Order: sequence, then structure tokens, then C-alpha cells
Amino acid sequence: MSLGSIELGRHPAAGLRPLSFRGIVVDFPLLATILAICAYGLIVLYSALEENSSLLLRQGVRLGIALGAFVVVSQIPPRLLRLWTPWVFCVGVGLLALVTVSGDMGGGAQRWLDLGIIRFQPSEIMKLAVPMMVAWFMHERTLPPKFSQLFVLMFIVFLPAILIARQPDLGTALLVVAAGGITILLAGVSLRVIGFAGVLAVGSAPLLWHFMRDYQRARVMTFLNPESDPLGAGYNIIQSKIALGSGGLFGKGWLNGTQAHLEFLPERSTDFVFAVMGEEFGLLGLLLLLALYLALIGRGLFIATQAQETFTRLLAGTLSLTFFFYVFVNAGMVCGLLPIVGVPLPFVSAGGTSMVTLMAGFGMLVAIKGNKKLLAP
Amino acid sequence: MNAATPLKDHWKEQRLFLSRLVAAGVIMLLLTGVLVYRLVQLQIVDYQLFSELSQGNRLRIEPLAPTRGLVYDRNGNVLAENLPAWELVLTPEQVPDLETTLAELVRIGLVDVEQQNALATLVRSHRRFENVMLSNLSDEQAARFAVRRHQFPGVDIREGLIRHYPYGEAAAHAIGYVASISSADLEVIERREYAATSHIGKTGIERGFEIELHGGVGYRQQVVNAQGRVLLDPASRTESAPSASAISNLETLWPVPGRNLTLSLDIELQLAAEAAMAGLRGAVVAIDPRNGDVLALVSAPGFDPNRFATGLSQQDFKALNSDPDNPLFHRALAGTYPPGSVVKPFLGLAALHHLEIEPSAREMCPGFFVLPGNTHRYRDWRPQGHGLVDLHDAIVQSCDVFYYRLAVELGIDTIEQFLKSFGFGAPTGIDISGERGGVVPSREWKRTRFSRREDQVWFPGETVITGIGQGFTAVTPIQLAHATAVLASRGTAYRPRLVIAAEDRVTGDVTEFMPIGLGRVEVEESQWQYIHEAMLGVTEEPQGSGFTAMRGAPYRVAGKTGTAQVYSIAQEEEYDEENVAERLRDHGLFIAFAPAENPVISLAVVVENGGGGASAAAPVARAVLDAFFAGEEYVTREH
Repeated sequence: MSLGSIELGRHPAAGLRPLSFRGIVVDFPLLATILAICAYGLIVLYSALEENSSLLLRQGVRLGIALGAFVVVSQIPPRLLRLWTPWVFCVGVGLLALVTVSGDMGGGAQRWLDLGIIRFQPSEIMKLAVPMMVAWFMHERTLPPKFSQLFVLMFIVFLPAILIARQPDLGTALLVVAAGGITILLAGVSLRVIGFAGVLAVGSAPLLWHFMRDYQRARVMTFLNPESDPLGAGYNIIQSKIALGSGGLFGKGWLNGTQAHLEFLPERSTDFVFAVMGEEFGLLGLLLLLALYLALIGRGLFIATQAQETFTRLLAGTLSLTFFFYVFVNAGMVCGLLPIVGVPLPFVSAGGTSMVTLMAGFGMLVAIKGNKKLLAP
Repeated sequence: MNAATPLKDHWKEQRLFLSRLVAAGVIMLLLTGVLVYRLVQLQIVDYQLFSELSQGNRLRIEPLAPTRGLVYDRNGNVLAENLPAWELVLTPEQVPDLETTLAELVRIGLVDVEQQNALATLVRSHRRFENVMLSNLSDEQAARFAVRRHQFPGVDIREGLIRHYPYGEAAAHAIGYVASISSADLEVIERREYAATSHIGKTGIERGFEIELHGGVGYRQQVVNAQGRVLLDPASRTESAPSASAISNLETLWPVPGRNLTLSLDIELQLAAEAAMAGLRGAVVAIDPRNGDVLALVSAPGFDPNRFATGLSQQDFKALNSDPDNPLFHRALAGTYPPGSVVKPFLGLAALHHLEIEPSAREMCPGFFVLPGNTHRYRDWRPQGHGLVDLHDAIVQSCDVFYYRLAVELGIDTIEQFLKSFGFGAPTGIDISGERGGVVPSREWKRTRFSRREDQVWFPGETVITGIGQGFTAVTPIQLAHATAVLASRGTAYRPRLVIAAEDRVTGDVTEFMPIGLGRVEVEESQWQYIHEAMLGVTEEPQGSGFTAMRGAPYRVAGKTGTAQVYSIAQEEEYDEENVAERLRDHGLFIAFAPAENPVISLAVVVENGGGGASAAAPVARAVLDAFFAGEEYVTREH
């Protein structure tokens, strides 16, 4: 038994433990890091939400729900997860198609499926379901995937991605493609195929550019260089750079960020909360956050190395790396390295939808870790 | 065990997976390194710069409005210009409480109380850092605000330009007007282009050429204090000077002024035409048949576009909008009228072209016409009839019975095709919006227009009345003037146009637009000549319906009167002008071109409920033509 993980009830000595703990699977290092990030996030959010405690409380409730999802998912044995995967995937794709159809009829935004009491985004499921499906498909087969199998994998990744892109939600479609792509890469697809895909992507860009109309090109240029449009898309990025830069090494101190508090910084509690953190806690505060993130991802990668079957291995690796992808895209966007796409900062940005998905993903990691010994002979 | 199934090599697979994981981990650390490098650059290297930008004095991007292009008539008279004025401007992000601020501005008389709610909505539909213009201020109001300025954080006055139309009501429908950008406008415009602009073209040229007139937005970066007051402005470096690094980072991009437009309108002719229409409802359109230039475009009654530019209260707008005379309605482009007898020269030409009738063949006009096998009498306007008439006489005297017969012989299909070749039944394509297409009826049109089966059948009687421009036929004044221009030029059609040149105010380059040809109507030369002579007869022969109005003109006019029935008279009833309510009285129409032998102007006049074409519309045409030929340019052409 590893240092941080205990598996109550499976050990012969478990009989001594209270009955209520039977079968509970926990991973303390992982849980502790998540809680540390969340707590840090809430502190920054309190400032970003202008010290409004009722808004903060709502975020706390969302966090509680997400943690609930984390605990529940962590108790599902990976074997069951694997068996359910095709169903989850098919239901997810079905819901996406449904949203497209009903949204077409409604004529408005097509991301939400209204179930009467709750509304949710089927595209959110796909962030988990696509890598799970890729891992499921490769589970029964030998790694690396054969060339012919690549076509099936492409289908698994791009069918939901295209449905999501049609909503239109290009940001989420990109994340789904990234998650599925990472799983395929981890599955050991040959470097030649990767190189070929890269050449294809780079090669098609000028061709696409050639066929675009002038106004479409102008949009792409603004997307790539928002500072050319200081009244529109560039406004956010200019203000967020001022917020970050004026924070310096130590920051202006908690609740003292002028950019955020005087409302110069838009989206300060959601997509741009990283800038608030940088303004008030400085470079050191941001490095602390990055260190926590890396610790969490490191733990996830460690769990991936310990997993003993293809499905859990691929899934654990993908979940950890995708998480890094989110962090990098958000932070890169806020400090002006990447174009602006609506990706929240994991566990910190206000909002509940993506947090539940993230927590469920980490729940799976815990489950994978906990069930390791079941499979060992 | 099936030997064909390869065994999974767990050890090899795990090693492959681990190598991939390690590679991913290395890439991840590299990316983290890039991120940290970027953060160090922002927060350590450039700390001083960003710190100054954020501390107390902050950077604001002030959009700069381009000056709107001017509009000239063909002789260089200014029709639309910009005058300096004070504007009251609000920046949402600096206003602590919008409702209170607006209420306070209403109290000191700077904002109209009726506008208060609309302005609140307008402010909320802007982004928090965008300036919103609240109202135009007089000098006295501006002074009143200046002393109370400290009570209104986020509200300021700025020097702006206000649109002014020096000729007031003249050509108001053609030029159009600008008014405050509404919430609805915001949905459709490129918002960043209008970040500093408060007014937008709503109708006419102002709307049709909005993009050319508006120009391109500019911006400048300013350093402002917490209340939003400008501390440093690169455009006017007179204010207190903050640190050097802040100045070096301020950028300015000057706006691109809108283009100046030259219209084909002749404002003197326009004024004469409007004077002739004073007190009447209707339209006058004058077109140069040689190139499609619209010389005058009158819709009466008019309105003063300056009221829109300075801000019209909602009450005043409602009053204008619900005026029974409908002054905002552009009759010249969107008013559709039965053409009545002005359609006769066109159908006469159709008869010469398609039926090859003997031009001098005479027919008896007994005062009514009966379709074979029917008892319904289609009456002539002259109860006793015109006696024996040929086509020439039928046009000169406007004999209805001759045309009833002609229409039946031509058939509705030929009539439809021939009238459409002159541009009837479809918008002429003039370069401003709001034009309607009118109707040239046909079997197909009736099938699609009506839903009830029994209404969809084409009846022979409908062909009969189409012969005198009654029934379903509906035309706009611009179509009439355009078709008359085609007639005048013996078949050459040009798209009517208002804008003939545009001037780039940065380079000074003038782009002159070429007339746009619309093809030709091919009819034999002798047949054109026949119709021209018949139309000359209308104004020069004593029995011609336009003789009285045109008597003594120093130029030769080819014309045709028309009287369009608004009100149906029962079979045995008499039309009695006295007894018919004013709104149900006949429309008077007149089309003309002059000089007849070498036409340089074609004209259409419609006077709503004016009675007959000869009595109501022809005198208006005479006044317009007199004004036109009074110019010395044409004196030499007279005989």
C-alpha cells in the first residue's frame, strides 16, 4: 500500500475499522491538493466578486456539489466505468444530436438541453466520454493502434467534436479534440502519423486562407492579434496585462487590486481571475498556484504509471494532461500568449458546469488508484 | 487458443505508454517554463510601466468620431453639412447611479424628460467603457452644465458636430436625415466603427450611403483619473504632465473622414417643383433621359430633417408619423398609383410594334365599349364619345374606347411583357432604399396574388381596363419618370441615380460614377417618332388634354395626361366631383419630356386626389419645366 492511499475494507485488518467506512476509496495527496487549490481560489474570488459574500456562498455550494460528484465517481470501480463507457458515449452523442435538432427548431443558442428542472450542456459530458471511449476501444486491442484502427479513433473524436462545433461552441470542441488527441498520443500512435497530421494541419492553413473572404481574414487577424483592436477584443487583454504587470513580485495585497476593484478588468471572476490573482498576490502567488497545479497533475501522472490495464492507464494519463491543457490555455490567454478562448481556470473561476466535470475526472483518477490491487494477481 | 490473434505484450505496451507519458511530462514542463518566463517579463521586467498605468492614473481608450461627408447638389450647393455643437456625453463605468444621474440632468433641463427611459436603455446596451451621447446642448445649456460639472462624475460635455440641412424641407426625402443611434441600430452596425459616433443615417442618401458618408473610427489613448477626467491627452499636450514613460506609450490613430457626395439633384429645380406642389399631396420626379440622373425628386408634403438631427421628442415623432398626410412617406419611390391614361403612349407603341396596325386607320368611338357576348358597358370619360379617331387622336384626346379595343387585341400577355420592358412592375434600382415595385398584372400574377380559386382566374374585362391604366396596374412616380425617359431617348434605358460623384477627403480624389445602362427597348424608329408626335399633339393641338397647361411655352413638350380613378362608380352612376369625398377624388397624373426633338428632361407628376391630370398635374409640370428651361444653358436650344 502506497503512502497516501488507503483502501479501507480490503485489507485483512479492515475488520477493525468502523463499518461505515467499508469500501470507501480515498487518495489523500490528491484530495489535499484539490482542496488547497479550491481554498486559494475562493480567497481570490472573494476579492474578484467585490467582497460579496452571498455570491461567494453560491460558488461554495457549487464547489460542494462538484466535490459530491468527485466522491461518488471515485467509488465506481474502473471495471464498471469501462463497461459503461460505450453507453455513456452513445447517450452523450445522442443528447448532442438532440440539442442540435431542438436548438434548430428553437432558432437560438443550442448548447443547453432543458430537462424541465435542470438544464445542462451535453458537450460537457463529451470532455470525459471521448477519452474514455478511445481508451475503451484500445483496451481490447494491442498498442500501438494499427493504421486502420486510427480511422475508428478519428470517428470517435471528431463525431462529437463536429456536433459541438456546430452549436456553435468552438472552444469546447477544441477541448474535446485535445482530450481525445492526448489519449490517442498516449496509446502510442507512431511518430510518423503524428508528423503527417502536423504537416496536414500546417499545410491546409494557407489553402484555407486562400479561400476565405476578406472579412473572415480580418476576424482571424483580430483573433490572432487582439491588440490591433483596442476598442473591442483587445480591451480585455490590455487590461489583464496591466493587472498582471502592476502586481509585481509580491502583489498589491488581498482586496487591494485596483484594476479589478475599479472594474477595469472584465470577466474578472470567471475567465480572467488569473489576472486578479496576479495583481493581488504577485508573481509569487501565481507560482504558488502553478506549483499546486503541477503537484496535482504529477500525482495524476503517478497514478497513470501505476495503473495496470490499458483502459485505466490511458484514462488516467489523459485526465492529468488535459487538466494541464486547461490551465495552460487559460493562463496563456490571460497573459497574452494565446488568443482569447473561453476556457475557465480550473477550480478557481466562478461557475459550476466545468467544475463538476473536472471533479468527476479526478474522481475517476482516485477510483483507478484505489482499484489497482484488485487487478494484481 | 487462436494463433491468429496476437497476444498482448503487456510489458512492451507499458514501456510504450511510459515513454509517451515521460515525453508529455517534458513538454508540460517546457510549456510551464514559457508561462513563467512570460509572467516574469510582465511582473518583474515591465513592472514599472504597468504599475504606472494602473496606479491612480489609468489608461483609457477614447474613440474619435470621423466627420461625416458633405452632400452637394450637381451645381455644388451644400445640401447636408456639419455644424459645431455641444454634446452631453456619459461614460457608464464612471457613473455611480445611472437613474439618479439622468433624473438630475432632467431636473436642470439638459435632458428631455420623455427621453429619460430610452436613454437609460441606450446606456445599458453599451459597454461600460463606451461613451454614450445623451443630447445636444445649446451654448446656454453647456454653460449651465459646466458650473455643475463636479456633481456629475462620468458625465462630460464635448465639442461635437451636428448635421445640418441648409435647405430645410427641400429634397428631405431624397437626402434623408440622420438621427441618434437607437438600440435597434446597434444590433446591425459594426459597433466598434460607431464607438464615437452618435448619429446614423436613417433614410434616403444618408442611409443608402451611410458607409461612405460615415468614414472610419479613430482612437487615442488618454490617461484619466478615477473620475474619468482626462489628465493627459496626446492630442492636446497642454495638461499637467505625468511621467515620461506614460506619454511614450500613448497612441493616437486619427479617424478617416467620410466621403463627400455629389448628387444629380438640381436644388433650384427641386425648390421650383416643391413650390409648385405646395399644399398638394403627391410626387414629382425629373430624370435626365441621357444618363438617368435624377434632377428633382419631390414627395409632398415634406418635413424638416433638421428636427431629426437635433433630436425629436417622442411626442413630435408620433405626431409626424400619425399625420394623415403622411409627410414621412416617400411617395416618389414607394407611393403606388394606378397610372390611368399616362399608360396610353406605351400601349400605343405596343400596338404599332406588335399588331402592325395601320397608324391612320380610324375607328368609331361611340362613348362606350362592349365585349362580344357581354352587356357590360366600359365607358369613355367623354359620355358622347370622340367620333372617328386614329391612334394619334386617341392619344391626343385620350380616347378610352380606342384603347379598350387595343388592349383586347394585344392581349394581357403582350401588354405585360411590353410594359415590363419599360421598367414597370419592378423597382428601377435607384441608389437609395425604400423603393417599391408596383404591379403589372398578368395571369401568373393573379394566380399567386390571390388565395381563393375564383379570384385566381384572369377575366377578359380585366384586360379591357388595363388598356387605360386602371384595374390592378400600379406604378410609382419614379417608374413613370424612368419609363418616360426611355420613351424620350427612343429606347435607351439608364438606371435612375442620385449620386454622381464621391470625393475622398484625405487624398482629394474624386470618383465620378458612370451611368449604368439597362439595355434597350427595340422598336422601329418610325414608331417612336409616331408616338413622340402624338405626345406633342397632347400639348400643341387645341383638343389635346395638355394644351391649356402648356400653351405659350418657349420649348416644345411631349406629354400625356392621366386621371386615375380611386373610387369605383356603379354602372349607371355619374362621377360627380362635388359629391365625392376629398380622399376618394381622382389622382391627377402627367408625364412629359422636353424639348421634344432633343429631350434633356423627362418628368412624372402625380397629384393625389387632385382631380384630373390636365387640371391638377399638368400645371405643376409646366412650372417645373419653366424653371428648368429658365437656366441659360437651354436658352440657345429654343426655336
